[in-house]
Parts: sequence; C-alpha cells; structure tokens
Amino acid sequence: MSRTVIPFGPQHPVLPEPVHLDLVVEDEKVIEARPSIGFIHRGLEKLAETKDYVEFVYVAERICGICSFIHGQTYCQAIETIMDVKVPLRALYLRTVWGELSRIHSHLLWLGLMADGMGFESLFMHSWRVREKILNIIEATTGGRVIFGSCKIGGVRRDMDAETIKHILKEMDVIEQELREVTKVFLNDRSVKARLSGVGVLLKQEAYDLGCVGPTLRGSGVAQDMRKLGYAAFNDIPIEPITRSEGDCYARCAVRCEELFQSVQIIRQALAKIPDGEIAVKVTGNPNGETITRTEQPRGEVVYHLKANGTKNLQRFRVRTPTFANLPAMLKILPGCDLADVPMIVLTIDPCISCTER
Amino acid sequence: MGYFEMSKLVLKWALTKPPTTRYPFEPRKALAGSRGRLVFTKDNCVYCNVCAKKCPTGALLVNRAQKKWAIDRLRCITCGYCVEVCPKKSLEFSTSHGSPLVTKDREFY
Repeated sequence: MSRTVIPFGPQHPVLPEPVHLDLVVEDEKVIEARPSIGFIHRGLEKLAETKDYVEFVYVAERICGICSFIHGQTYCQAIETIMDVKVPLRALYLRTVWGELSRIHSHLLWLGLMADGMGFESLFMHSWRVREKILNIIEATTGGRVIFGSCKIGGVRRDMDAETIKHILKEMDVIEQELREVTKVFLNDRSVKARLSGVGVLLKQEAYDLGCVGPTLRGSGVAQDMRKLGYAAFNDIPIEPITRSEGDCYARCAVRCEELFQSVQIIRQALAKIPDGEIAVKVTGNPNGETITRTEQPRGEVVYHLKANGTKNLQRFRVRTPTFANLPAMLKILPGCDLADVPMIVLTIDPCISCTER
Repeated sequence: MGYFEMSKLVLKWALTKPPTTRYPFEPRKALAGSRGRLVFTKDNCVYCNVCAKKCPTGALLVNRAQKKWAIDRLRCITCGYCVEVCPKKSLEFSTSHGSPLVTKDREFY
C-alpha cells in the first residue's frame, strides 16, 4: 500500500488556533504525524526585557485568551516570590474564585468545541449557553469577559461586596444544575460514547513518561494536580485530583466534565470562607532574583521561570505551557489511529497554540 | 448508556424563550462594573501626564502647555491602569462599550 501525506491544519474546522500536522497515511490509517508550530509566535518573552515589570502583568494575561487570568496570577505569584511580598488573604481567595471561574469557562468552551468537532451542534450550543452565564459573572466582578485584568502584583484590583458574593452563590446553584444537564449528555449519550470510547488510548506509564500534564495526564490515571501545591487559597481548600483509568478520549472528556463540578465546589467553599481585609499591598522597588512558579491551568501545569536583576525590566521570562507538554503525547497516540479520529485526538489534549507559541 | 439523553434538554429549550438576543435590534444590556469605554472629565484634570506615562500601550497623549488630552481608541486595551493612577480621578470607565470605530484618528479633549 502506498503512503500519502495529508495536511491537517493550520486552518481546520476543529482547530480554534493554527497548528499544522503532516499526516502520513496508509489507506485510512495514520502511520506518522509530523507537527509544525510557530504560526502565531508574538515574541512575548522577549518583550519582558523592554516592559516595566508592573506593566508586564497585562502582557502575561494576553499570552492566552482562554486561561488569561491564571497566566496573570502565575506571573504575579512569581514576582511576589522574588520580592517577598505578603499578599493579603482576601486577595488570595479572590484569585482562587476567579481562577476557578476561568477553569469552568475554559472547560465549557472545550466541551463545546468537542461537541462541534463530533458534529453534535446542539450540544455545542448548550455548552456555550452555560458558559455565557459564567462570562457574565466574570464581567460583572472584574470588568472584562475574557481578559480579566484584575490581578496585580501584591493583590487584586477589585473587591467583591457581600451582595455580589450572594449573587454568585445563587448563580452557582443554577449553573450547577445546567452543567448536570449538559454533562449528562457527554457522559451517557450513546453516540458520544461510540465516538470517543477506545479512541486515542494513552496508557498510564506512557502519559507519565512523556511528561503529560493536566486532564490529559489525569485521564490516564495519574493523580497530579498543581493545586495540591497550595498556592493562592488552596492551602485552606482541600482538593482531590479527578482521575479516570481508561486513558482514551472519553476519559479525558469525563475528567473535564467532573472538574467543572469540582470547580463549582471550590468557588462555593472559597466564597463561604473568604476573610475580610485588604485586597492589595503596595509594592515598591524592583525585583532582584530568580524563581520558578507552577500553577494549574485548565489545560494543566504551567511553569514560569523569571530572572530579575534589580532593574525595572526582567532579564529573562520563560513559560512552559501545558499544551507544549502534551504535544508529545498527542504525537504518540496519533500513529495507528483512523484518519477520521484525528480531529478527536487533537482536540482531547485541548491544544492552546497561543500559549505554546507565545 | 442512553439513547435519548439529549431529548430532555431539547424539549425544555424548544418550549423556552431563546437565551440569545437579536443584536443589533436588541442591544446588550451593559453590566455594572464592566470596563467599557474610557471616559475623560476635563474639569479636574491637571495634565500631570501620569496616565500617558503609565499606559502600557502608549494610547494616551497629554499636552500640558495646550491643555489637551488625547486617546487612540484602537490602541487602548481598557486595562484600567490609567484610571488607577490618576491623582485627580478624572478618568473612569463607562459600562457601555460604545459604537464601533470607523476612523483611526486620535480623539482630542
């Protein structure tokens, strides 16, 4: 049988962002996948050398549009570690709430894209309908729908009053009910199961060896979650990583579905426990030192390496994003699959190319 | 495994008003606290230039001699840093996003 090369992307109906794969196929079976990335490289790491370290929060938030808040939060945490800033407890709780809201909106966006990818248009629209409620909460509390802009070095920019907290808690009940209706279809529907079960199986050991992170790793049965490190308010809010043992596309989808409810619970706990007090401390001087900070993004662990030399500009800013860590696993599971399953496998690692290429 | 998992959702929403609005006939209601358009109040501004100096995208221009304040709306990322640093509180956000821009000119005040 002769081999054919089929280009997949950079423009493809299932890809929200550009990544290119050269698929070497024999009949309908994929033999090899050769990726090429770099279509949306913006040079944001280099920009750190010319921007003020306070202003750079805005750039860090714009690394990615979907997990924007956690990028800003991680950057602030890194600078706070270097400068030894003690962030007020209330600010840490608010960061946790916004971080989890951002996780819910990211997972719902992904569930919608997944439904769209398998041709389940109505489910896609229902996922995004629920997401809209989350975006409204985010906009009412931070001012922005996607770029929150509410995290700053030393704390947060905006506070939530008691009325807002009550409103969010009330909305969470409605949202949880609606999430149950939508995720029930993802988890139980026969057509969804037939499309996802047994497709793109990544074994536990393989996932671990290839350095996967986030739901891709947890879908293969490894209980790893950076929130266990206890950053922000996660010292007071215990969480248990959600895992599935199957390692296929269905398992990765199920992990994300269950994480939605976990995030709702975290928001409820954080808002119930939120202490009174200041929301920010004044930060003066310039950072001098080096640090590595890790947080859990919707797609997995993100690693920030910051090096400062006592001036207002950073000397080095480096980000290891979750999609970059998950790409080797995607290339591992693509050979041997059917050509028709490629969109599903590519989608289930939740590729965020803006993050990866910065 | 179910055959009609979606049917309940479909039936419920077939009998409910659509959650979408018919934009532009029905404009979206602005949420309180939303960062919309940057509004400048001339009365209490002392033209100290702090907003222009702090703006991460260089969208603002302040001329103290001529008492002019200008904004390039297409450069502004509505981050709110200028609102935060303004000593006279002459900058604020309106909750509405305003109408779409048709020119690339700077707006002078």
